Amino acid sequence: METKQIGKPMKRVEDARLTSGQGSFIEDMSPLPHIHHAAILRSPYPHARIKAIRTQAAEEMPGVKGVVTGQDVAACTNPFPVGVTASVHYYSLAVDKVRYVGEPVAVVVAKNRYLAEDALEKIEVEYEPLPAVVEIEQALHPESPLLHEQVGSNIANHRHFSYGDPDKAFREADVVIKHKFAFPKYSATPVETYGVIASYQSSDDSLTIWSNFHGPFTLQSVMAAALRIDSNRLRILIPKDVGGSYGIKSGVYPYMVLMGVVSKKLGLPVKWIEDRQEHLMASSSGTDRVTWIEAAVKRDGTVTGLRMKMVDSVGAYVRAPEPACLYRTHSNTTGAYRIEHLQMETIAVMTNKSPTGLIRGYGGQQLYFPLERIMQMVATKLGLDPAEVLRKNLLGKEEFPYQTPSGGIYDSGDYKSAFDKLIGMVGYEEFRQRQKEARQKGKLLGIGLACIVEPSGSNMGYITVALTPEERSKSLPKSGCAEGATVSIDPMGGISVRISTAPTGQGHETVAAQIVAEVLGVDPRTVKVIAEMDTLTSPWSVASGSYSSRFAPIGSSAVYQAAGKVREKLLRIAADQLGCSPDQLEMKGGKVALRNDPAKQASLRRLVGSAHWNPQGLPAGTEPGIHETAFYTIPTAQPPDEQDRVNGSAAYGFVADAVVVEVDAATGDVKILNYCTVHDAGVLLNPLIADGQIMGGLAHGLGGALYEELAYDKNGQFLSGSFMDYLCPTATEMPPVTIGHIETPSPLTPLGAKGLGEGNTMSAPVVIANAVADALAEWDVTVDTLPLSPNRVWSWIQQSKKKKEEYA
Amino acid sequence: MQVKREERYSLRLQVNGKRYEEQVEPRKLLSDFLREDCGLTGTHVGCEHGVCGACTVLVDGRAVRSCLILAIQAEGADITTVEGLAQGGKPHPLQEAFSECHALQCGFCTPGILMSSVEFLQTHADPGKEEIADMLSGHLCRCTGYKGIVEAVQQVADRRKEGEKHESGDPVSICSRTAPTV
Repeated sequence: METKQIGKPMKRVEDARLTSGQGSFIEDMSPLPHIHHAAILRSPYPHARIKAIRTQAAEEMPGVKGVVTGQDVAACTNPFPVGVTASVHYYSLAVDKVRYVGEPVAVVVAKNRYLAEDALEKIEVEYEPLPAVVEIEQALHPESPLLHEQVGSNIANHRHFSYGDPDKAFREADVVIKHKFAFPKYSATPVETYGVIASYQSSDDSLTIWSNFHGPFTLQSVMAAALRIDSNRLRILIPKDVGGSYGIKSGVYPYMVLMGVVSKKLGLPVKWIEDRQEHLMASSSGTDRVTWIEAAVKRDGTVTGLRMKMVDSVGAYVRAPEPACLYRTHSNTTGAYRIEHLQMETIAVMTNKSPTGLIRGYGGQQLYFPLERIMQMVATKLGLDPAEVLRKNLLGKEEFPYQTPSGGIYDSGDYKSAFDKLIGMVGYEEFRQRQKEARQKGKLLGIGLACIVEPSGSNMGYITVALTPEERSKSLPKSGCAEGATVSIDPMGGISVRISTAPTGQGHETVAAQIVAEVLGVDPRTVKVIAEMDTLTSPWSVASGSYSSRFAPIGSSAVYQAAGKVREKLLRIAADQLGCSPDQLEMKGGKVALRNDPAKQASLRRLVGSAHWNPQGLPAGTEPGIHETAFYTIPTAQPPDEQDRVNGSAAYGFVADAVVVEVDAATGDVKILNYCTVHDAGVLLNPLIADGQIMGGLAHGLGGALYEELAYDKNGQFLSGSFMDYLCPTATEMPPVTIGHIETPSPLTPLGAKGLGEGNTMSAPVVIANAVADALAEWDVTVDTLPLSPNRVWSWIQQSKKKKEEYA
Repeated sequence: MQVKREERYSLRLQVNGKRYEEQVEPRKLLSDFLREDCGLTGTHVGCEHGVCGACTVLVDGRAVRSCLILAIQAEGADITTVEGLAQGGKPHPLQEAFSECHALQCGFCTPGILMSSVEFLQTHADPGKEEIADMLSGHLCRCTGYKGIVEAVQQVADRRKEGEKHESGDPVSICSRTAPTV
């Protein structure tokens, strides 16, 4: 058997159960007898005062066990804690006021879901409608209606940052280019919706909650605080299979608390499975953002400084971990470029829309949309080719490790090689010729480029940049990105691995098996990986979970180190039995043998057997059993410093994209003819899974560029409540995609790996926008918002035509 | 057929070759019936309005969204769900191809896609990539970007064609990514 397992495109161990209907998702689970079913009554208004709720008729319906309202929730829970100073009271059910369409108002529990939904119709709620705040700039206005009166404005968080000497950069610039960009609110709509099972046990005042939550487990403390319960009496269990999330399911936690309250009040175990309409209107989404960006530029295209004012709409409540979307990319605000002077203003506003949270790319798509658009506009303004401008500003290989002005430490990279590979792959020069010929025939072809830095493995400290250094100094500093894993071997030699990375489809079981198999010299198919997370028995810490592409740099490292501890122990036992020192031994094919005398050997099974069946025969000082846990974090994940510099992520990959589009001027339809993407994510742990992650992230980014939007009208009424209104890309919308890789291993992670699941979600919206802008170069159109629906593109062309005619 | 809302209907049908006779509410969806009354949780519900396709099953050989019909409409039908795909302990070629081509990640949409693909391959002797994509456009997958799924269905179609020509041999994998190892 081969000893090398890490880096092989091994078929996934998860697949057999998932293709045969044997997965165990939250809705499939029935862990307790007598589970009853919950349905939620939701607000039809974007903003209204609740005058009265009458529940008696519903409570008297057959099969109904009870109703819970906001008054019950306010009486027995605290508002959810959040990392800003604005005093926003967010509960799991609306109390006194509703602030977005779809906000939970009451819960009915009945024998089954059908009866619970029947009873919802019998609840009467009296509302007094209030004016709504929908748009970001409207929310900033001091005269706008207030969502939370006690806050005094709609601003949840506001900070200023200055790095280097931005004023000097702008004073000395040959040209300053500026524009305002608007990024839309969209989701990722996992095909499995939210689900929760909660069971309260009064004898020890404890709650057990099953949910398709996937961390960050910082939120376990948020839930415990809201529930006023000791953290070890709040047991959270995550099923083996979670039907996709892309960040969105971390927003299930208010429902976990809500169902905990419901179970406690009604004295029954309850199950709630969200439906699709509920999911679209009220689960979670990315933020919509308005960015005012200015670039200080030299005549040769060198960008020397940036000024950015970024305003995120976090929806009706600032829900933890928000306003983190504003800060997740703080360390890499200057992207892949050598820009030393940076000024930033960050604001989170509250509007009458659904609350936001994690989403694949988290902050990246919002950042790179204005940044990479402005890079292309720099080229247009100076009459240079965009490829030349990007190349001129890219960091050189010799500059790594590179510290960004805002404190990021880019661990490794060779951006120019990756970019050159991309330019070759897409046939950039040939395309420019083809584009000219097409234009003569009246066809609008365009090419877009984008270079982005992909952060992975979030440092828990970055979120505290939302606070000033003085505010931060009042509590314990936050840092690190710790993850744990346990490797154990049972008395008969069966190897098992316990992970706390709460996978939602990324194949962690497969990769963990590959890593442990390589370290212990066994067949990966014999290694059993347990991905079910249990906060009472799994090795976990605050950063645990599946988000920020953290398995490749962090989760896998914890597995690797736990396996290393087991290996070390087995070698120590073998050395004792074989009468040699551990460094003379090698471990492969299920055996440990002397490197120079392979006849002297012991089977792994025998060594494990000694640890379990005959601990008296172990070398002095060796503990019985084989059960090793390791926790891994990265030394560069420090708390923010006094100057607000922070290294927000463990590792930084690189993505370069080139996209060719054709725009139909008559209809505004955008057709993607070719999508090329080159990634540098360090060492690939499993190339099959790596490319799958890239394709999935790209499809999501494509959706954001062209189709997906959680739309509201000007009164705050929600407009995209079904999959007929909220468009997701299907197989026919996918363009031809070519993926390329280069590998500059991370010097910081033991396996040299970095995350790669989010890069194209960050880059696709802007690279497609750049391609459309290039196709429309002859029209006076600035592509500054998304999605690029036919209607929007057509309108831009019409406006430009009209302007031309008026001018003529 | 006329059934009153408050009455229970005595439903008889066959699922994966097994006879079921159950008392059901007339308003119960086929998807809920399969999951709750038959215990076949491999059929997943993703949208309950017929767009995502996760709940697709075969009713008398035809791919049907089980969230869009009532259980009682399937009276007397012969239903196949994902649990009935493997035969005699051997996985269906599509199940193997999906793994080989990395056509699934979270696997939640997969059962429905497999069922549509089974019907599609039965009705399309020599499909091209575009036809496969058209068939798949009735399904949402948010994990894979569909590339692996198209390739998996194509692989089974191609192998079947090859098999008809040669009756033996080990056709080459058409998955575009690095060929997986076992």
